[in-house]
Amino acid sequence: MFQPTIAFRHTRMTRPALTASVSLLLALPAAAQTIAITGGRVFPVSSAPIENGTVLIRDGRIVAVGANVTIPADAQRIDASGKWVTPGIFNSATALGIMEVGAVQNTVDVGARGKGDGITASFRAWEGFNPASPLLQVTRNDGITTVGVLPGGNMISGQAAVFDLSDSRSRTEMLLRAPVALIADLTSTGTDRGASRGEVLQRFRDVLSDARDFPRRRAEYERAQSRELSARKADLEALLPVVQGRTLLILNAERASDIQNALQLAKEFSLRIAISGATEAWKVADELAAAKVPVIVGALSNIPRDFSTLGARQDNAALLQKAGVRVIVNDGTDAFNARNVKYSAGVAVSFGLPWDEALRAVTINPAELYGVSDRVGTLEAGKDATLVIWNGDPFELSTRPEHVLVRGNDVLRPSRQDELVRRYRRLPADYRGRP
Amino acid sequence: MAAACTRAPSPPPPTPVAAAQPAAALAPDTAKTIPPGPGALSVPNADPFPSTYRPAPSRPTLIRNATILTASGPVLRNASILLRDGKIAAVGTNIEPPADAVSIDGTGKYVTPGIIDPHSHLGVYAAPSVDALSDGNEMTNPATPYVWAEHSVWPQDPQFPRALAAGVTTIQILPGSANLIGGRSVVLKVVPSTTVRGMKFPGARYGLKQACGENPKRVYATRGPSTRMANVSGYRAQYIQGEQYRRRWDKWLSDRKGDPPARDLGLETLAEVLRGNILVQWHCYTASDMEEAMEVADEFGFKVRSFHHGVEAYKIASTLADKGIAASLWSDWGGFKMEALDGVRANLALVYAAGARAVVHSDDGSGMQRLNQDVAKGVAAGKDVGITVSDEEAIKWITINPAWVLGLDDRIGSLEPGKNADVVLWSGYPFSIYSLAEKVWIDGAMAFDRLDASGRWRTDFELGFIPQPDGGR
Repeated sequence: MFQPTIAFRHTRMTRPALTASVSLLLALPAAAQTIAITGGRVFPVSSAPIENGTVLIRDGRIVAVGANVTIPADAQRIDASGKWVTPGIFNSATALGIMEVGAVQNTVDVGARGKGDGITASFRAWEGFNPASPLLQVTRNDGITTVGVLPGGNMISGQAAVFDLSDSRSRTEMLLRAPVALIADLTSTGTDRGASRGEVLQRFRDVLSDARDFPRRRAEYERAQSRELSARKADLEALLPVVQGRTLLILNAERASDIQNALQLAKEFSLRIAISGATEAWKVADELAAAKVPVIVGALSNIPRDFSTLGARQDNAALLQKAGVRVIVNDGTDAFNARNVKYSAGVAVSFGLPWDEALRAVTINPAELYGVSDRVGTLEAGKDATLVIWNGDPFELSTRPEHVLVRGNDVLRPSRQDELVRRYRRLPADYRGRP
Repeated sequence: MAAACTRAPSPPPPTPVAAAQPAAALAPDTAKTIPPGPGALSVPNADPFPSTYRPAPSRPTLIRNATILTASGPVLRNASILLRDGKIAAVGTNIEPPADAVSIDGTGKYVTPGIIDPHSHLGVYAAPSVDALSDGNEMTNPATPYVWAEHSVWPQDPQFPRALAAGVTTIQILPGSANLIGGRSVVLKVVPSTTVRGMKFPGARYGLKQACGENPKRVYATRGPSTRMANVSGYRAQYIQGEQYRRRWDKWLSDRKGDPPARDLGLETLAEVLRGNILVQWHCYTASDMEEAMEVADEFGFKVRSFHHGVEAYKIASTLADKGIAASLWSDWGGFKMEALDGVRANLALVYAAGARAVVHSDDGSGMQRLNQDVAKGVAAGKDVGITVSDEEAIKWITINPAWVLGLDDRIGSLEPGKNADVVLWSGYPFSIYSLAEKVWIDGAMAFDRLDASGRWRTDFELGFIPQPDGGR
């Protein structure tokens, strides 16, 4: 069923007949299937790399990882000699599936539109997720297997979910967990446009207080005897698990002093938070480490795009990691290039983040942040067989995935972009490549 | 780093350098015989804002034992390159180290020409992005050939030193894409200067920014153009006027009879396009838009130098090759609007394989810092579909090919004796994600050194606002 000796990606453009048959077979469910990936350089992430390691998979789950794994006679073997085997790459913050064409509103389901008060905590990003988006295949083909789908816009944007990129027509089948976090924006320019920092903070305090008190006041509220609350009932209810410390709140903050405000807010309301954006987090790395607050941070920009990001520098991730902060690497939520998160990890390495920490930053760290590390993020027995066999270092620009397994199924297929290239690949008849 | 340090505060020299002359020579409408002054005639002038750039002081420099991608020949291993008097003096494997040269060990490292970005808005859309510094689109008229990007450039844009640190040494600053005809570009060296004229590449030709497709029709939806057909009629109406203007002035300049015709700044620019003196840089995404642009150019007898963005260039790659039009592209940006929907990573490689000039551009101050990585993405996508792009060819996408787009391929873009010594020393293989520009020279003077933060270029804006890269708050 697998074609272990053939690099699938490299053959699919030139051998369409083979590709078609392989695709059909691979589309079948992974029922009662045992797969042994052998000979590769295995990066379990949870433990040291294993040269010439084996990953044994049964029924879509990992059953063993190691140097001396007994391989059942009926197992299909994938020879990964000379290849690198890692957990699937986890893009922690993307609009993949909820945005197709940015400029076409009907394809954009990133946030709640048309509500003035900026509090849309009840908005569920996953309800707009489109399993038929052609960008999903583009993303799978680059070795991204798992995505945090985040809402955007408004002061409190809504609720995020984690999907894996199973080859499925069903959003429900692809969903790993929802909600995984509430998303909010503490920057002065992001929401309540034009509001000053003090206003934004006071608005947060009003809303969080009302959310905390809402269970006690529900009866008064229902009888219309309550004072006017700071947000709609549905939004206050959505915030309840946040103020109870049960659900993560991801606060977007850029300037160092804004990050300190976020830490203060978390302390006041006993919130479990993470910081996104976090351009100047390096300045308050010790405080973040002491508060055990994880940070979702980019690696690409050193540009002071506005007055909140003057301290932008590309070794932000490296400095934070060195200070003991848990780092998740992500550069923006563009759906078209959700695939490029692994290159952000590579750039972070070039600016000082240790390589193994960069791998953690796009595998286990986001999995733990969102509470899905029982399923994904490392190669360990019991977890989903969601992994990638690469023909080299996964962060290198020349590297390609040769197999992308999600729950044991190889999900590599020609994408819409591959079909376009096939249609227009008009090389001279005698073309043999240039020296 | 003494070089960059001394260059920053030095005032512009009072007179243009000699190298500024070629532009004037290119322009037949320059009124050489009529001196300006009280009572002088107002006549077109090809270079009314001449460059005041002067190279920083430099010492002869030898980089030895490096792998050199020259962009003009095979990869040279264990080779040396000698920079002297602002020019490349020698490149090869048998260079005797001159006694007076600073010697730099390039073992394990790579040398390439300085990177050239033919599509940037640095300075005209500066950082921080605030309304007061948003000077890139004159959105008051769909055709504004009369505006010049250089008059919008803020030389204190902190994006400039960051581009330099990534190995970018020459950039074309273009007006934005709101207008059918957006205005003149300016070619800048990435050097510190108090005013923009001190950054201008001496003698560089002007470009003219034009834009196809969605942007103009969206921006002018209520007053027109609101459709692609009105976009095309808009270009044609402009060039009909431009052609009349060119004939009127060419006649007067040859016979000098009677009063000169009335001047019109916008039509002067179009006339210079029609004379072949200004290079057309045309923002178009789709194959249809590019074809229509080529038809308009043919109708009026001018050439398109490069399409920019061209996410569908791969669909008409052989036409671009036949017409000698460069394709300035991203490696993998797309999808953000309908005309960008068909973006594919193999675009660069397919354009290259068809024999057209492939160029990587950024349109973005952050992307500009990783043009080498974009090349690597494009090469890898080519390999996926059986197109082999060697390192020798790949480096051209960000050096000699964009130099041609700017009409400067005789001065920059490759490492050949006599050319300007714009050189980058990379920490490793430049198409690896882990490599960084380590040292950068412009006209033979070291302009950036990653290993030595002292004297590093910081714009006026950065002082006090932005901490030093080596620490502090």
